[in-house]
Amino acid sequence: MSNSPMTPAIAAGRLPAESYTAQFSDLHPVLDHHEALVASDRCYFCHDAPCMTACPTSIDVPLFIRQIATGTPEAAARTIFEQNILGGMCARVCPTETLCEEACVREKAEGKPVEIGRLQRYATDTLMAKNAHPFARAEATGKTVAVVGAGPAGLSAAHRLAMKGHDVVMFDARPKSGGLNEYGIASYKAPGGFAQSEVDWLLQIGGITVEHGKKLGEGLTLAALQDDYDAVFLAIGLAGVNALRAEGVDKEGVLDAVDFIADLRQSTDLSTLPVGRNVVVIGGGMTAVDAAVQSKLLGAQNVTIVYRRGKDRMSASEYEQELATSKGVQIIYNASPVAVHGNGSCAEMEFEFTHEVDGKLTGTGETFRLAADQVFKAIGQTLVGAPEGIKIEGGKIAVSATGRTSMAGVWAGGDCASGGEDLTVTAVAEGRDAAEDIHASLMEG
Amino acid sequence: MADLTSTFCGITSPNPFWLASAPPTDKEYNVRRAFEAGWGGVVWKTLGEEGPPVVNVNGPRYGAIHGADRRLLGLNNIELITDRPLEVNLEEMTRVKKDFPDRALIASVMVPCDAESWKSIIPRIAETGCDGFELNFGCPHGMAERGMGAAVGQVPEYIEMVTRWCKEATGLPVIVKLTPNITNIILPAEAALRGGADAVSLINTINSITSVNLDSFAPEPMIDGKGTHGGYCGPAVKPIALNMVAEIARNPATANLPISGIGGVTTWRDAAEFLALGASNVQVCTAAMTYGFKIVEEMISGLSQYMDEKGFTSVAEISGRAVPNVTDWQYLNLNHVTKAVINQDDCINCGRCYAACEDTSHQAISMSPDRVFTVMDDECVACNLCVNVCPVEGCITMKTLDKGEVDERTGKPVGDYANWTTHPNNVAAISAE
Repeated sequence: MSNSPMTPAIAAGRLPAESYTAQFSDLHPVLDHHEALVASDRCYFCHDAPCMTACPTSIDVPLFIRQIATGTPEAAARTIFEQNILGGMCARVCPTETLCEEACVREKAEGKPVEIGRLQRYATDTLMAKNAHPFARAEATGKTVAVVGAGPAGLSAAHRLAMKGHDVVMFDARPKSGGLNEYGIASYKAPGGFAQSEVDWLLQIGGITVEHGKKLGEGLTLAALQDDYDAVFLAIGLAGVNALRAEGVDKEGVLDAVDFIADLRQSTDLSTLPVGRNVVVIGGGMTAVDAAVQSKLLGAQNVTIVYRRGKDRMSASEYEQELATSKGVQIIYNASPVAVHGNGSCAEMEFEFTHEVDGKLTGTGETFRLAADQVFKAIGQTLVGAPEGIKIEGGKIAVSATGRTSMAGVWAGGDCASGGEDLTVTAVAEGRDAAEDIHASLMEG
Repeated sequence: MADLTSTFCGITSPNPFWLASAPPTDKEYNVRRAFEAGWGGVVWKTLGEEGPPVVNVNGPRYGAIHGADRRLLGLNNIELITDRPLEVNLEEMTRVKKDFPDRALIASVMVPCDAESWKSIIPRIAETGCDGFELNFGCPHGMAERGMGAAVGQVPEYIEMVTRWCKEATGLPVIVKLTPNITNIILPAEAALRGGADAVSLINTINSITSVNLDSFAPEPMIDGKGTHGGYCGPAVKPIALNMVAEIARNPATANLPISGIGGVTTWRDAAEFLALGASNVQVCTAAMTYGFKIVEEMISGLSQYMDEKGFTSVAEISGRAVPNVTDWQYLNLNHVTKAVINQDDCINCGRCYAACEDTSHQAISMSPDRVFTVMDDECVACNLCVNVCPVEGCITMKTLDKGEVDERTGKPVGDYANWTTHPNNVAAISAE
C-alpha cells in the first residue's frame, strides 16, 4: 500500500501506519508534577473569583488550585467533582478560552491566564488514576428515576440522583455510554479511551444501571417510563442534522461531519479510515473544526472550512480557529454553498461569496469552486424523537431553570433542552441541577 | 559610573559588597572565583583553633522556606565553622591576598573563651596579610553548646572581654559580629565598643526550625530521624537585620561605631537600604548561595545607577542618610492622614484588596456587581493592607490629605503635627502638664 496525501479521490492509509498514534495523540498532555506546581503558583486566589462565575458548573477554581499548590491534588479533584462529576472530560474539551480562562484576572493583567483547564486535568487525572471514587451514596430512598440518554447531561443527572440515594436506570440508543464524549468530540482531545473509563469511574457510585440500544419511540415510550419510574429525565441530545440547501448534495462523498467524527472515534485502526485528498467542511462550529482538523491529521492534502459569515460570527472560538489553521486547515469566511459538482461522486463544490446587508446575509453574485472529493456538513444538529405533547421552544424541549418540562414528572437537560450553550460543561450543569430539583420534588411527597 | 570605593573602619575595598563568613568563603577556590567575579571583600569562613578541626554532619546541612515560584526566601543551616585544618586555610589566605591586594580579606575567628587562645591565634592569622578580624560571636548552633559563638555573643561582658584581648593582640581592625538571638541589640554593641572594637557586623543567623517532616515527625534538615535548630538567613531575615542596624546607628553611644550590614541582602536595593540605615558596607551570603557569585554585577551596576541618579559621589554619602528618620512610635505625626486610592486602569479585578479589607480590616472597600473596587474614604484608616496584598505594583497608592482638608472618616480637618506625647488620650501626657 503506497497511498499518500496526494492520492486522488477518497482513500485510506494516506500516512505511514506508525504515524497515526502521534498524529492523534493528546493535544495538551497532562501537566507533570513540577509543571502543575508552577502553574498553580500563578493563581491569585481572587475574591468571588471571576473564573468560578464564568464556569457553567461553578467549580471553585481558586480553592482547587490552592489545593494543588499545597500538595493535595486529590482534594482538588473532589472540589471539582462536587460541582462537575465530568470534570475530567471538561478539563479536556471545555473551551476554557471563552470561559474560566477568559475571565482569569491574569488574562487581563498579562494576557496569560492561569492554565485552569490543564490544572483541572492534573487534579482529576491524579484522583482517577487511583481509580478512587470520592463520593458515597446516601441511604436508599426507594425512589426510581429513568434517565434517557447516557451523554454528559444524563450521566451527570444519574450520578447526582444515585448519590442522593435514588435508583437510576439509564437508557441509551448507542452501544456505548458517553454520548458526544464518546462519539462526538475530536479524538485528540480525549485519547486513550478516556470517555469510557470516565463512565466506568462515574458508575462506581452504584445504584445506576445502563440499558443500551433503547431509544424513545423504538421500544421505549415516555408514558411507560412515567408509569414505571417516579421521575424521568430526558437527555436525548440532538440526533438529527440540518439539511444542506445546495444543488447536488445527494452525490457520493457528501457526508455528515458528526458521522465522520463518530466513525473516527470508534475506529480501532485509523489507517483503514478513508479520507479525501481534497476535503471541504461546511460550517462554523466546533464540529466543523473537529472534522477539518481530523481530516488533515488523517492525511488529506487540502482541507478547507467554508463558513457563510465572517470570522467574528464563527461559533468555534478564536483558539479553535487558530488550532485548525496551525494544523494546515484553510478557513474561508463569507461564502455559502451553491452546488456540488461531479459525476456521481462529488468532485467540486461551488460557493458564492456573501456579505451582510442590514444584518441580512446576501450573496454577492461572485462564485468560486473548490476541489472536493469529500464534503462534510457541519451546519448544526436538530432535535428528533422528542416525546409527543411536550412543549418545544426554539426547536428544543422547553425547560425551566431547573430543567422542568411542560409535563409533570418529566425533566430535561443537555443539548435537547432549551437555554444554555451546547457545551459538555453546560450539559453537566443542567443534569446536576435537574437532579437536585428531581430529588427535592421526590422527597417532598 | 559612580565610584563605589568603600572604606569601612579603615579598610578600603573597590565596592561595599563583601561576602560574609560562610560556606562561599571556605577555601581558596571559592574566594578566587568571588574576587574574579567582582566582590569587593571576603570574610573568610570562621577559623578555629589549631588541632583536629571540627566535623560537620554528613547528612543535609540546609533547610529552606520558599515563596512563589519556589523562590528561596529563607535558608537555615547547621554547618559549623571551617572543618579544614587551620594551616591550610592560612596558606590559602596568604596566597589569595597576595594576588588580590586591592580586595578586603577579613579573617573570621572563633576559639575557646580564654585569653591565651585568642591572643595566640590572632597574630598568627595576621601573618596572612589579612586586613582585619571579625570575631564570630554569633553562630547559634553547634559551637554555642561548646561555649563559643552565640554563647559569647549573648553575654555582653564576655564580648567586651574577648574584644579587649584581641585588640591587645593586634593593631589591625577588629570587627565584632553580633548575634540577633538576644533581646536588645544595643547591649552587645555597646559592650563591643567598650572592648575597643573598631566596628560591628550584624546580624548573624537567627535560631530557627524551618519546617517539620510530617511523615517522620522531625525537624528539617533531618539527620537520621532527628533535627536541631539552625541559623536562619536569607531575604526573610532582612527586616529583622535592618531594625537592629538602625537601633545601633541611632543609639547615641554607638552612633559612630562603623557597621557592616548583614541579613538577606539580595539586590543592590537591599544593600542601599542597609547603607541608608547606618551601615558602611554590606555582607552577602544567601543570595550568592542561591544564584552564584555573578549577582555582584547587578549589585554594582544598580547601586552605581542609583548613586548617579541621586547625585551621590561616594558610598559614604548614602551611609546613615535614613537614620535621622528612624524614630519611636510616640513621635509619629498623628495628624498625617492618608487614604488608599485604587487606580482603575491598573486594577485587574482580583478582589484581594476587598477580601483583605472586608474580612480582616475596616470594611472600607466597596465592590460593585461588575467588580469595580472603590475605597470608601469615610471608612479607610489608611492601614496599607490593600496596597500590600494587591498583586499589581503601584495599582493602589496612598494619597496624603493636605492640611485643612477634611478627613471623611473623622469629619475633622487635617491639623498640624501632633504626636502621642501630647495626645489627650495619653494619660501620661495629661499628668505631665
